[in-house]
Amino acid sequence: MAAIPGRRFPRPWRSGEGLLVLPALLFYLAVYLYPLSRIAAWSLFERGFTLKFYRELLDEPMYFRALGNTLEISFLSTALCLLLGYPLAYLMATTSARARSALMVLVLIPFWTSILVRTFAWMVILGNNGMVNRTLMALGLTGAPVKLLFNMLGVQIGMVHVLLPFMVFPLFAVMSGIDPNILRVARSLGAAPRRAFRHVFLPLSLPGIAAGCVLVFLLAVGFYVTPALLGGPGQITLATMIEMQINTFLNWGFAASLGIVLLLVVGGIFAAFSTLLGIGRLTGEA
Amino acid sequence: MRNEMPAIGAEARRRRGAVVLRALAKRYANFAAVDGIDLELAAGEFVTLLGPSGSGKTTTLMMVAGFTPPSEGDILLEGRSVAALAPERRNIGVVFQNYALFPHMSVEQNVGFPLRMRNQPSRTIAEKVAGALRLVRLEGLGGRMPKQLSGGQQQRVAFARALVFDPDLLLMDEPLGALDKNLREQMQFELKRLHAELGVTILYVTHDQEEALTMSDRIALMNGGRIVQLGTAEDLYERPNSRFVAEFIGESNVIEGRLEDGAGFVAVGGARFPAPCQKAGDPTLMVVRPEKFSLAPPGTPGIPGVVAGLVYVGDFTRYLVDVEGGLRLIVKVQNRRTADRARDGERVALRLDPADARLLNA
Ligand SMILES: Nc1ncnc2c1ncn2[C@@H]1O[C@H](COP(=O)(O)OP(=O)(O)OP(=O)(O)O)[C@@H](O)[C@H]1O
Ligand SMILES: [Mg+2]
Repeated sequence: MAAIPGRRFPRPWRSGEGLLVLPALLFYLAVYLYPLSRIAAWSLFERGFTLKFYRELLDEPMYFRALGNTLEISFLSTALCLLLGYPLAYLMATTSARARSALMVLVLIPFWTSILVRTFAWMVILGNNGMVNRTLMALGLTGAPVKLLFNMLGVQIGMVHVLLPFMVFPLFAVMSGIDPNILRVARSLGAAPRRAFRHVFLPLSLPGIAAGCVLVFLLAVGFYVTPALLGGPGQITLATMIEMQINTFLNWGFAASLGIVLLLVVGGIFAAFSTLLGIGRLTGEA
Repeated sequence: MRNEMPAIGAEARRRRGAVVLRALAKRYANFAAVDGIDLELAAGEFVTLLGPSGSGKTTTLMMVAGFTPPSEGDILLEGRSVAALAPERRNIGVVFQNYALFPHMSVEQNVGFPLRMRNQPSRTIAEKVAGALRLVRLEGLGGRMPKQLSGGQQQRVAFARALVFDPDLLLMDEPLGALDKNLREQMQFELKRLHAELGVTILYVTHDQEEALTMSDRIALMNGGRIVQLGTAEDLYERPNSRFVAEFIGESNVIEGRLEDGAGFVAVGGARFPAPCQKAGDPTLMVVRPEKFSLAPPGTPGIPGVVAGLVYVGDFTRYLVDVEGGLRLIVKVQNRRTADRARDGERVALRLDPADARLLNA
């Protein structure tokens, strides 16, 4: 790996490279940029240009709280996914081929069911009368049911369950690309396992950490079903607010402004991170 | 381990790092990758494990380094068993074919790594790193990242990193395998210089026999997880102990037949060769290196034959010579005088000094 000078994959021709990006570009223009511009327009026009939706938004602390909730939930999910996913990805990258494919299947199984089904399943399992509480009470560990639903705990259980694979796969991809000889050399040069991990493996896995965190965070910010069903009043997210504005109040312009604010905040966070770490880290070009 | 070390490359130092491999074996489920190896390296010796692919060279090295636990046997370093020690406690430097530099560290940080792991003060580290980089002729490149270096330069960094902490033993697994021919020859030379300068014991792996022959004090030729012959380059070339060695190292004429009283060695087809011993008996193979033959005019004493083909290679010519019974021999003759050369289809007599033939039991 280190021996390859330059990372560019040689291509037999060089002219007209731009054409390669055209199909994807057209697709994005049609299904993403155009609708996005329409949403931006809704948030800024109601019988002529207006900033009233944004003014409304700034006047009402409820929306700030929802934004805060959204970010809190997303950061927490990202952190939990990293905490659970890193050792798992490490195991997958370093174990035998057979154990690896078994783990891979286990990580992928949740994908076979829809988010909605999984979320309702959690409601059944975590409810006051659910499996977990009944077991806890049967074991005498608790007298009354523990509150596992309609709070941050419930939201995180549901979200981490859904998001974990999105953390594990980028991590695994980067980790399995790390030359095992590099780790051997580190040991022979005098690094005990922990120091070899800290000084060599961990830094080399950073691109995977960055990619996994960005992916999970972005997905978490847009989550609607899980926080709405498993969360309580403290977990009302911007996505829930947007849904309410549209379905309950038919206030498309205001819903659009909420969407734009969320987009800008997330974009700002991402920009801050990439300047902090260097954009290379986030795209894996460490 | 050793905390006070002399600055590297300063002057010749005391030789140390005697190694003993005792009945070392690595067995997998139904297969022995290394099948009981006994090998002793004197302090400061350069020993090469040579052998075909899959003969267990890398596995042996991995056991010595501590990356693979042996199934049986022991490894002694300076008389102490290190078989139970973790790799980081063995004080052994390792160099791999793919360099295995830390891509996220500069050249200086790479070379300083083993010293940092030994918690040496930063001034000592800076001095030793500078010394090691000077030793491998990479002064001034300390600030570069590994991917900003050429293959040969990366390999030098790997050498410096493996040497800077003054290891008792240096293990190298085909360290020059990824370099092109010219660079490889240059690096062989450099490596010999480093070895002479530092006096460190080296256990080297290659499957390039020329490299093994030119670089090593002794060569252990491996096949199927065992050492089939251990000796100097001359031992292996001049006195192969088996057909495998004769055929693996250089070119050989391996002739089947038997010793007959008064007639020398009689090949299966009937051709008679002078033999280094007269006693009829066991040996059933005779090995003759192609350059041990010389060509003489037909009718003069020698083994009669016919030139069946020849290739002119500049300083020498390779002939194929058919002798009695359909046996085809390879003969290499120095092109010293044009008059000595034979033409295709010409009848010749092959001369052979019996001392240059080697008899083997099949
Ligand atoms: N983990 C393993 N499980 C089973 N067999 C193995 C394992 N590792 C190596 N082997 C086998 O052990 C044998 C020796 O391998 P080794 O890598 O030591 O060969 P080598 O002499 O270094 O060959 P090369 O010149 O190709 O590098 C090979 O046949 C290989 O397939
Ligand atoms: Mg090998």
